Amino acid sequence: MTESPLTHPSAPTTPPPASATHPAAPVAFPQDRTCPYHPPAAYDPLRTARPLARVTLFDGRPAWLVTGHAAARALLADPRLSADRTHPRFPVPTARFDAVRRRRVALLGVDDPEHRTQRRMLVPRFTLQRATALRSDIQRVVDERLDAMIAQGPPADLVAAFALPVPSMVICALLGVPYADHEFFEEQSRRLLRGPTAEDTTAARDRLEEYLGALIDGKRDGRRGDGVLDDLVHEQLREGALDREELVALAVILLVAGHETTANMISLGTFTLLRHPERLAELRRDPGLVPAAVEELMRMLSIADGLLRLATEDIEVDGTVIRAGEGVLFATSVINRDDTVYPGPDTLDFHRPARHHVAFGFGIHQCLGQNLARAELEIALRTLFERLPGLRLAAPAEEIPFKPGDTIQGMLELPVTW
Amino acid sequence: MDTGTRIAIDRDICIGAGQCALAAPAVFTQDDEGYSTLRPAHEDPTADPMTREAARACPVGAITVAPRDD
Repeated sequence: MTESPLTHPSAPTTPPPASATHPAAPVAFPQDRTCPYHPPAAYDPLRTARPLARVTLFDGRPAWLVTGHAAARALLADPRLSADRTHPRFPVPTARFDAVRRRRVALLGVDDPEHRTQRRMLVPRFTLQRATALRSDIQRVVDERLDAMIAQGPPADLVAAFALPVPSMVICALLGVPYADHEFFEEQSRRLLRGPTAEDTTAARDRLEEYLGALIDGKRDGRRGDGVLDDLVHEQLREGALDREELVALAVILLVAGHETTANMISLGTFTLLRHPERLAELRRDPGLVPAAVEELMRMLSIADGLLRLATEDIEVDGTVIRAGEGVLFATSVINRDDTVYPGPDTLDFHRPARHHVAFGFGIHQCLGQNLARAELEIALRTLFERLPGLRLAAPAEEIPFKPGDTIQGMLELPVTW
Repeated sequence: MDTGTRIAIDRDICIGAGQCALAAPAVFTQDDEGYSTLRPAHEDPTADPMTREAARACPVGAITVAPRDD
């Protein structure tokens, strides 16, 4: 693979056909999707350049993009790749990421052994058994939100009426955060992840830290509740295993990651199913397919499309050397459509073995909440289509807005009727 | 055919993702601390393909499935 200069002539509007031996000029990364459930058309050259391609980041810096499934699994599990975004050489995908990256981010922004210490504190509350035990609570939240949506419609915006409130209520109950504050933290999470300006993102981060810091102080001084944050306050903070700053950083990640990602999967998953009526009919005939459908939607939608790492040592991948100090990004949307692993990768197929996708990441940072997310998605999608057999889009599909490519993917709104 | 395989879980690297318990619930579960552990009655030969699937699903490679020596 040839090295590319920092600046290069802009790519032609129609990229030349690429092959593994003659990759096209570096593609800018990330880019907007053209269809919300397919990778950006601009990534087409990357899909034939496996397992690695060169891309250019917003600041002009080149980076490696991992595109092959086997290489992605190996590299995401490789301790020579660091997730510490405070490192000066860490790859920066957006100006807003740059504005907040100097403050350490818990869990997903720290390496072992610090990461392991943080994760160990949380794992008991996020096991498969715990997620299974929460299913009746999740079902109740889903039923209540659908009751409310049905009482007020049709039509409805499925994002505001269902996709966002369901995971938001579930994570509030799990963490011990009052749902009454949801408008505040949902808005700050939106600004944290999508800005649009770097100032928005910095201010949102500060306000979330301030809010959760006050909540934690209240839990320390008051009566113990049964949320994860209560456990952390009483078992870790008071014992000195965590300081207040670390606990606040953990709380921010748990709250933001706990509702935004699942909300996007519900909205985009619903949109995708409505755009595949034969698959939806199949799912309705056989609800036993729901877990496989969720796994396949995770693979196909790959909403966290651009995981970030920094090489701390030279790493050889299929004869190519990633040098220490180079940025390494993972395009999950491309990796999860590696046709050597998933034949006919662009087809939604509930009968394929989709399990080994990397939509939840891989390696030590693989999503802590994945068991909870699966339970929420299964219950939300199954119940939604059971209760509303006539559910359909209330606007032309191509006019419904979705999120830009530089953040978690999902629908901005989803007008539906039934 | 006997069980033929020996399953080892490296608890020092297990991160408690629960993927083994999801892939092969008859063989693996998570203990109170969240770590992967073998179910007492896992010696069912029909569970073998699922066990290998679980090893592949582990994000940190904590599970090894090897032919039994004895």
